[in-house]
Amino acid sequence: MHKAVTIKKEGVPAVDLTRCRTILAKHPGATSADLIPILQQLQDAYGYLPQNTLEEITASTRIPLSKIYGVITFYSQFSLEPRGKHTIKVCIGTACHIKGAPDIKKKITETLHIHEGETTKDYKFTYEPVACLGTCFLAPVMMINERYYGKLTTEKTEQTLKSY
Amino acid sequence: MKHLKTPDDLSQYKKTLEAKHQPDTARIFICATGCRALGAEEVCKAFKNEVAKQSLAGKMEIVETGCQGLCTRAPVLTIEPLGIFYGRVTETDVPEIISRTIQKGEIIDRLCYSEAGKRIPYVRDIPFYRKQKKIVLKNCGSIDPRNIDEYILRDGYAALAKVLGGMTQEKVIDEIKNSGLRGRGGAGFPTGIKWESVRNAPGDMKYLVCNGDEGDPGAFMDRAVLEGDPHSVIEGMLIGAYAIGAKKGFIYVRAEYPIAVEHLKIAIEQARTLGLLGENILGKQFSFDLEIKMGAGAFVCGEETALIASIEGKRGMPRPRPPYPATSGIWGKPTNINNVETLANVPVIFLNGSAWYKSIGTGSSKGTKIFALAGNVKNTGLVEVPMGTTLREIVFDIGGGIPGRKNFKAAQMGGPSGGCVPAQHLDLPIDYETVKEVGAIMGSGGLIVMDDSTSMVEIARYFMEFCQDESCGKCVPCRIGTKRMLDILTRITTGQGKQEDVGFLNELAEVTKTASLCGLGQTAANPVLSTIRYFANEYEEAINKKAAQVAQESSPSQS
Repeated sequence: MHKAVTIKKEGVPAVDLTRCRTILAKHPGATSADLIPILQQLQDAYGYLPQNTLEEITASTRIPLSKIYGVITFYSQFSLEPRGKHTIKVCIGTACHIKGAPDIKKKITETLHIHEGETTKDYKFTYEPVACLGTCFLAPVMMINERYYGKLTTEKTEQTLKSY
Repeated sequence: MKHLKTPDDLSQYKKTLEAKHQPDTARIFICATGCRALGAEEVCKAFKNEVAKQSLAGKMEIVETGCQGLCTRAPVLTIEPLGIFYGRVTETDVPEIISRTIQKGEIIDRLCYSEAGKRIPYVRDIPFYRKQKKIVLKNCGSIDPRNIDEYILRDGYAALAKVLGGMTQEKVIDEIKNSGLRGRGGAGFPTGIKWESVRNAPGDMKYLVCNGDEGDPGAFMDRAVLEGDPHSVIEGMLIGAYAIGAKKGFIYVRAEYPIAVEHLKIAIEQARTLGLLGENILGKQFSFDLEIKMGAGAFVCGEETALIASIEGKRGMPRPRPPYPATSGIWGKPTNINNVETLANVPVIFLNGSAWYKSIGTGSSKGTKIFALAGNVKNTGLVEVPMGTTLREIVFDIGGGIPGRKNFKAAQMGGPSGGCVPAQHLDLPIDYETVKEVGAIMGSGGLIVMDDSTSMVEIARYFMEFCQDESCGKCVPCRIGTKRMLDILTRITTGQGKQEDVGFLNELAEVTKTASLCGLGQTAANPVLSTIRYFANEYEEAINKKAAQVAQESSPSQS
């Protein structure tokens, strides 16, 4: 829950706001209760939460930017930085832990040269651990995008990553 | 679908559905939720293709269901009316299943469940199922959760019709109180008393929330219920809403559960179309509607006041109580929060009566409990047993014991708030109180079996890392207490432990437990305390070990 993220003042590319405005239009009279759903839809649309979309939320809902920033940094789902094309979620739940998840994590770092929470330089993969995927019978398990890869070994992990 | 205007309309509707039902048709129930991870979708598709190719449409029916429990054999399917269970099915098996099993009634040995070298083709004979008592999971795995008609055919919404057909709000609450139902989210608070206090709270606007933020690592029963039988939760919510006088409800679901969200959306839409959600339900002076709220990845949001903050669109941080949510919850209005499994218990209490419900379980804990059985156990899966079942029955009779030549060491119960129950308590009948006495908690029902190769200090470190990461940081005892305990546990597990470390841990645990604001901090030390209680020798060994020795042992990797 501790994310080292900053809103950069300069050099951040602004994104096209069309999709953002379409999303905001679906929430007329939005209050803070709509903030999390709006952020979730924005992240679905852009892959992350670009800074100028957040300014757009403030302009249209009057929710202060500081408050929006507070919410974004609290929840692990949200990202202020562009993410990789594929998201790798490695389950670090109890069942996976005792069945070798630490080795799987090590293998991912070795193969892709990134640590938890990081994105590869070519923006192909973002790698994040997740508390539990609720598929303990597959332990150890990881999910790439919407697909599960269960009963992993270090070899299988490497093969899977290389198949993308 | 028609709009149901009276409780009688519902029973009429059920009759028309029954008339259409053909009992002779072979029905193949395929788990299309959890088993998706191992190719269930391809199996479903293969069946549908074969049905089309061989024009078998009237003779057999493919039903995509929720979890059937025996996840270790995924992808699984059950064939009715034969009652045959097949596991590890692939798409290439499909033509043979149709030509041999369905058309000739033959059994395909290689797909059968086996135990001790013996093949067990029939569901009724498989020990995993025989020892269970399915009340909450009775539909899970045997209906299509995306079709409200199948739920209605299983007496779905009949409990709601009964309640709205002539029970006062007091009577509904009395019935729940009589049943002895307690919260299945972990703490075991009596549901009837919770409902009563919300009902008695002043105010016109009240909310009812279903807590589906199943965050404990190793717990997946709420996911299974929401995916496999979403209407049972909606019906439970409707009855609860009527009892407490709520007009609006929220279902808070983890973002990691996309299938649950999808099935809930369908279920809510279908219930609205039939008039089971919305204005004047079944023609009565009772209106209630539901909204799904998706979590955004914060474990602490399972705590009631944090969950409320999250629904309000804020950082999900808990606040001191009182005031309790029962008097001041969402937007300061009286709010009732129940766990998924608790709500799924409600309809059956009204269908069969509280006296029947009370007859199941132990003195203080009534009904059944669902456990997510995982870890070093043969039959990983979803298990529902009466309260009072022993750990030995769950792990060995149902779970099939420990794989390989290893021995049972402990069962971790209750996730990061729970503890490790060692072998000496295998014969303990499990209920809320007994589990607490041995240093764990019932929790939401995660049950992770550990064999003798698991290091208990490492498990304590693992859970502390989880709690420390998920601590929201609002209160000092939790924020700093978990951090310091993690530091100590990390140094012990990396061979830099000090003799006084166990003493430090005990002291820190005590403070964090007493002084933290919410359940997360108050229980964060439980895994440490329970492992110190039963496995003190492992702490000693780890502390006495030199760092070099540890480094040598941990490489090459242990798996």
